[in-house]
Amino acid sequence: MANVFGRCKTKLTHDGADLRYTFAIQTRSNAILFGRKEKGRLMIDLKVNGARQSVDVDPATPLLWVLRDTLGLTGTKFGCGMAQCGACTVHLDGQAVRSCVKRVSDAAGKEITTIEGIASPVAKSLQSAWVELDVPQCGYCQSGQIMSAAVLLSENRNPTDSDIDEAMTGNICRCGTYIRIRAAIHQAAESLKRGGK
Amino acid sequence: MSARLEVDRRDFLRITGLAGGGLILGFYLPAASPGAHAAVMPADSFSPNAFIRVGDNDRVTILVGQSEMGQGVLSAFAMVIAEELEVDLSAIDVQNGPAAKEFFNPAFGALGMQLTGGSASVRGFYPLLRKAGAAGRAVLIQAAANSWNVPASECRAEHGNVIHIGSAKHARYGTLVAAAAKLTPPADAPLKDPKDFRLLGKPAKRLDTAPKVNGQAIFGIDVKLPGLLTARVARCPVFGGKVAKFDATKAKAVAGVRHVVQIDAGVAVVADNYWAAKKGRDALDITWDEGPNAGMTSVDINDILAGAVAQPGAVARNEGNVDAEWVKVAKKVEAVYEVPYLAHATMEPMNFTADVRKDGCDIWGGTQSQTWALGAAARITGLPADKINVHTTLLGGGFGRRAEVDFVIEAIQASKAVGAPVKVVWTREDDIQHDFYRPGSYNKFTGGLDASGKLVAWLHRTSSASIFAAHGFGNPPVDDAAVEGAKDLPYQIPNLRVEWGHVEPGIPVGFWRSVGHSHTAFTTECFLDEMAHAAGKDPYAFRMSMLPEGRHKRVLELAATKAGWGKPLIEGHFRGIAQQESFNSFVAQVAEVSVADDGTVRVHKIVCAIDCGPTVNPDTIEAQMQSCIAYGLTAAFKGEITFDRGRVVQRNFHDYQILRMNEMPQVEVHIVQSTDAMGGVGEPGTPPVAPAVCNAIFAATGKRIRRLPINTTELRRG
Repeated sequence: MANVFGRCKTKLTHDGADLRYTFAIQTRSNAILFGRKEKGRLMIDLKVNGARQSVDVDPATPLLWVLRDTLGLTGTKFGCGMAQCGACTVHLDGQAVRSCVKRVSDAAGKEITTIEGIASPVAKSLQSAWVELDVPQCGYCQSGQIMSAAVLLSENRNPTDSDIDEAMTGNICRCGTYIRIRAAIHQAAESLKRGGK
Repeated sequence: MSARLEVDRRDFLRITGLAGGGLILGFYLPAASPGAHAAVMPADSFSPNAFIRVGDNDRVTILVGQSEMGQGVLSAFAMVIAEELEVDLSAIDVQNGPAAKEFFNPAFGALGMQLTGGSASVRGFYPLLRKAGAAGRAVLIQAAANSWNVPASECRAEHGNVIHIGSAKHARYGTLVAAAAKLTPPADAPLKDPKDFRLLGKPAKRLDTAPKVNGQAIFGIDVKLPGLLTARVARCPVFGGKVAKFDATKAKAVAGVRHVVQIDAGVAVVADNYWAAKKGRDALDITWDEGPNAGMTSVDINDILAGAVAQPGAVARNEGNVDAEWVKVAKKVEAVYEVPYLAHATMEPMNFTADVRKDGCDIWGGTQSQTWALGAAARITGLPADKINVHTTLLGGGFGRRAEVDFVIEAIQASKAVGAPVKVVWTREDDIQHDFYRPGSYNKFTGGLDASGKLVAWLHRTSSASIFAAHGFGNPPVDDAAVEGAKDLPYQIPNLRVEWGHVEPGIPVGFWRSVGHSHTAFTTECFLDEMAHAAGKDPYAFRMSMLPEGRHKRVLELAATKAGWGKPLIEGHFRGIAQQESFNSFVAQVAEVSVADDGTVRVHKIVCAIDCGPTVNPDTIEAQMQSCIAYGLTAAFKGEITFDRGRVVQRNFHDYQILRMNEMPQVEVHIVQSTDAMGGVGEPGTPPVAPAVCNAIFAATGKRIRRLPINTTELRRG
């Protein structure tokens, strides 16, 4: 562990951006806990869609690219790289995060859920509503839309239009499927009520 | 052209038995001789490219050459085949086919292009798909009739079965395909009477939705191959510039970076994965020769555009005698309208994958133009076209951007240079700063009213860069893409002239959803509103009085009626109206807006009427109108690419903003029941939005919006 600290401290002098990582690793025990050395390399332990994964990547790599390139989970999309469009939205311990700006080291030790792994009644009701209303057009942003909507519905089973605006405005759809996204969220909320969940 | 092709041309339809049991229905429309872009297509590539396969398991597979970019083309083609073949939509699987001349869109005729654009897929292929489905139905019925020893006329097809009328005999298609494959298909199998349609014209579910809600849909950026490397390309930030020198030392020092190679577009950093390629490119030490555009600014470009309308341009249309009319008119109105350059900003950043080998080449990705992608691969690799395979994935948005092949070329050159499969992935910044932009346009209008308030003279001078000239469609005196809509103004104005000034400020331009209509609808329909106001007439009545009987008038009337034009609105809400014919479809929209004291505009509702002729899937038409409207609203309120020091100023979605959920108005779509010629639906909803909204803003504030994007600070009260 001393080596891990040492390496990060060295980096600290180079680049302001790396300060955040160093800070995280020094103050949050889980970041240390789930990073380990294996055959001389720093391995990061992740829990993705319920399965444990150990990855050998630069700890500063955005979670997005570890999911896509290292783990092959391409359902999570790259749209902007600066948390502007929401295409890369995943859940970290049930919260929606933009994985394009989330360092993989900050996701260590947390429950990471991607579009491939969502299985809750809320998620299933959303996917059903999305299919029933034929929401997607090109479909590229829809993983992120559903991931954002799932957090909204988990926290608020009866969202108003303005609740939907607040939760979904971070997700861009260039095809302009917003009207159907809104309708599908309402429909999913209704079906959850009928299901007594 | 080979003798074989000549034979194929006489055979509209051909049938082949499928190894493993099945029936292939191949068909090929004798189009006019392919143009220059088609020269690379193999002359005899028929057999693997059949459109329809009926398997002995009753599944029907359709190969579609058109690209799915959200517009629903895969599902629409399936509906047309299912209708005529008499199978259920659920029995159909749709796949993208290869690049092949059989997939040239008949709508593009002699150009010879497998290209998804111009809202032309369904209208281009509709007759062909119907004939193929009907011919398939006919041979399957004949095969059953032969086996039962009854006349085919006593049999009919239904839900993937042939049924003998009057007996209990019936047979699944799957049991008939072996016998049907031995028959000669009729060249003129009867088509269904539209009144008997089960599917066409009725809302149906798309076939591609399920994989788009569970992460399984494969876009170009998701392509996986053994040994695949990822590249990011450093391109000169100034258009027309090039690499002066570069030092790869620092880039190669990044863990995971494998190669740093120069290609035509710049320098490609090729790495094990995206993040390594990104870090490698960031570390790359590169010096650019910025070329002649190094000092260019938006002010310079605007001066060029404005200068071009200070003098007469090439005449696109001339009716009566506008020049002689000015002395006679009772009232003369002049106005200048401007629109900016726009980026496409598809959600999926540009990317493409190539595997160039000595003996062949495979390329994968989302392209709107398989023909151009194949042509690029043939040029770069020197391989014959039959050694090149184009694999079309889903497109994460197209809007015209993916008709370009710059990103395809990058992937092919990078793979060729490093001798391994390479996926080039763009950043959003690359995408915003290296687009083929919707050209900016400057427009000077002069209109004249007679003493009765009748519009008697209309002079429209417009200037822009030429999209056609940039894409090898020649350099005609007038580029249709620059004046479409403006020269087709449907209003009966006795003296009318439209002129175009061709300028080339050095910015790459391309096809942007609805192309020229994206700005000509805004400029002409807003200036027309000005003329109505000058005449003291209601904008809707003014338009109706000048439209001939027909589709324009019908669709405008439908939109106005459904929107309650002339009826009271909620206090503070105002309406504006506009219409535009584009891509053979007629669309009219009424916008309902309010303008707050601080100038903030809220678009509450768009009522949209469309006449696109016979419909395939009304649910898709509704979705496309919503989509077109969102795209048009982004342009109206937000879209603007500006230039400084020869570079694009905007970088990402924070400064090239896109309409979001909270800004989306209610949209009401009304489809005219029409038996007129079929039009497109992927684009025609975009043009009328901006003018409808701006005309509503005038109704609300008395202020004319003559420049996009709308500057709301000018709308502040007090």
